Amino acid sequence: MEQLAQQLFNALQWGSFYALIALGYSMVYSILMLFNFAHGDVFMVATYIGYFVATALLGLAVLQVLPFSNIVIFVLTLILTMFLASFVGIAVELVAYRPLRDAPRASAAITGLMVGIFMETAVLALLGASRKDFPLLIPPITFKIGPVHVTNLKILTLVMAFALMLLLHLFISRTKVGMAMRAMSFDYAVVPLLGIPMNTIIAFTFALGSALAGAAGIFFGMAYPVLDPYMGVLIGWKAFVAAILGGRGSIFGAVVGGFLLGFIEILVAATLPSTMRDLIAYSIVLLILTFRPYGLFGEEYSVRLRL
Amino acid sequence: MALRKALTPLLHWFRTRFGHVPVGAWLLGAAVAAFLERLLGPDLAYLLGLGSVPAIFGLSIILKTPSLIPSVLVFVVLMYVIPTLVVAWLSRALFLWWEEQLSVPVYVFLHVLFLFLVLYFWSQVDPYRLLVLRLLGINILLTLSLNLVNGWMGEFSVSVAGFMSVGAYVSSVFMVWGFVHDDVFGPPVFPEFLAPFAFPLALILAGAVTAVTALLVAVPSFRTRGDYLAIITLAYVFIVKSTVENLDFIGGPRGFMNQPEVASFTVVFIWTVLGIWVMWNYVTSILGKATNAVRDNESAAEMMTVDTRKVKIVAFLTHAFWSGVAGGLYAHVLGYINPSSFDLRKSAEILGMLYLGGLNSVSGSIVGPVLFMFLTEILRPFQLAKWLVIPVILIYAMIRRPRGLMGFQELRIPFLTRRQQAKEEARAYGVTGN
Repeated sequence: MEQLAQQLFNALQWGSFYALIALGYSMVYSILMLFNFAHGDVFMVATYIGYFVATALLGLAVLQVLPFSNIVIFVLTLILTMFLASFVGIAVELVAYRPLRDAPRASAAITGLMVGIFMETAVLALLGASRKDFPLLIPPITFKIGPVHVTNLKILTLVMAFALMLLLHLFISRTKVGMAMRAMSFDYAVVPLLGIPMNTIIAFTFALGSALAGAAGIFFGMAYPVLDPYMGVLIGWKAFVAAILGGRGSIFGAVVGGFLLGFIEILVAATLPSTMRDLIAYSIVLLILTFRPYGLFGEEYSVRLRL
Repeated sequence: MALRKALTPLLHWFRTRFGHVPVGAWLLGAAVAAFLERLLGPDLAYLLGLGSVPAIFGLSIILKTPSLIPSVLVFVVLMYVIPTLVVAWLSRALFLWWEEQLSVPVYVFLHVLFLFLVLYFWSQVDPYRLLVLRLLGINILLTLSLNLVNGWMGEFSVSVAGFMSVGAYVSSVFMVWGFVHDDVFGPPVFPEFLAPFAFPLALILAGAVTAVTALLVAVPSFRTRGDYLAIITLAYVFIVKSTVENLDFIGGPRGFMNQPEVASFTVVFIWTVLGIWVMWNYVTSILGKATNAVRDNESAAEMMTVDTRKVKIVAFLTHAFWSGVAGGLYAHVLGYINPSSFDLRKSAEILGMLYLGGLNSVSGSIVGPVLFMFLTEILRPFQLAKWLVIPVILIYAMIRRPRGLMGFQELRIPFLTRRQQAKEEARAYGVTGN
């Protein structure tokens, strides 16, 4: 039982990673009806950006140029990384998706995949194959809640993830740009006719998703401080599955799917041999999708696909 | 522009002189050139200071050491261009006569035979060429089988790597159990000289098992359309990889080796041609037309008495079968497989070849892999930077031609279209007979 409670926090932590990345997949899908296959690699690049930002800020702090405490550095790193990561997302959109707006959907999927491979190779070529260690931003403190040990990192990740999701929700439901995004996901063809700048809104959607992936990258780097260029492939595809599980294009679904995948994976790893983790986890996903083909919160769409 | 202006007279000369040379004569010329290269190539390369015979027309040599450009040019002109031109020019009459005399199947068979001779002689010079050509054949099979689902049926499947994995492991286990002295499977069950004859059996078994596993995916996934298949097949790839990693008797993550050397170039060539032939017949048959109808409008197809469920499942299982066969060939060409060689990157590579070549096109599925492999092989000297150049080229190609190079059209083979034309004219004028 204690074991289970202990694993619960691990599951929540991994669920936050998955949910934050899955949000990027879902938002793009809800507007363009296609999956941004480069999103996993955007997450990877964002984590590297976070690594550089954090290292630079910590260096400045050590040199007494900017006398910041650790908390301030963490917040600054988070904000700067999210800001820079959003430009990575916009660049991906400009290169891989904008020129292919009217092309068959599958062609855009290929350019997305290729941009992803390009980013992996570029990072590998620029930084070498040696693994980078993410700097220690906040020294870990272990709390004891009843019989369960929890680090401050896990709590921070969870709280920040929920705060970001709340912000996103407020942004989408309260602002004008958010309204435009909702309108475009409702009807892609008519909304531009009403004077809403389609390309700007789409670029903004990519930027938002990438910023969230950047936040996930910071939390991931703090929890597992070893970065390598292929981490985006591994975690990105899983977040993609989480987005599907929640329902394509559903923001709420992406969050639920992310946490659900986190729980499934951690619980399988906790109870069965860890090599079986992927096997059982994906079998469960397959089973869920067999009974709910559109995911947990996805709507059955009748729109003719733009294939 | 200046280059085009300079080339125009040359092109004009070429067209007036060689415009009427039939395809078969070109193939014969290339075969003679390849044979000559096999005889004289190493000596000529030594004379020109190239060391060894340039592997792929010297293109990677040029990229690596530009100072060797003149020698490479001389080699290519002497070894390939002149013999091909001369023989093609001389044998054109023979082929024109054959075109009149022979029936279409025999004439097509003759072309395939000459193509085989070209590639066979060409691959004998260098083991590297041999490997590349065999992998090319496998990639053509994979692309073609994927095209059936992604092109003709209009779904999006990414399970090629998973199917390959199943086919590779099933055929490897069968061959190693039957014909090789192995630590796990013990002494060979059958005499070893039977191995080449049992290999087709192993491949068919591999394809069949792959198709059965695909059935598990296909049955639930064709209730809905759209991206659902993409997700299910994605999960399939993960599940297969994870399953193989957990099966210890086939090596788990360490991989599986000791496959007998039965996948020679001839074997791969025969399977590739067989695959192309089967696929061509499939897509030009009523079943292929029905698959297209399902893609364009499923409800309308159903109204026109197409059994959409059956059509979709047959197409998907054919895809699985041929991917499994190609996986079996792959395992025996390399002689070593491990689960991580069949990950999503492999699928992405095949998808790249498919969309470069173009959907809904048999010739596109041949052009795509040929171009893609040509690019990857000539860029080999760049090592890591290769994977920076290839995505850029592919992205550019997709932006310029979003439907791929040959999407929704077929390459016209002159002698076949001429025959077709003559037949149609004869029909139009009311002339009967052949």
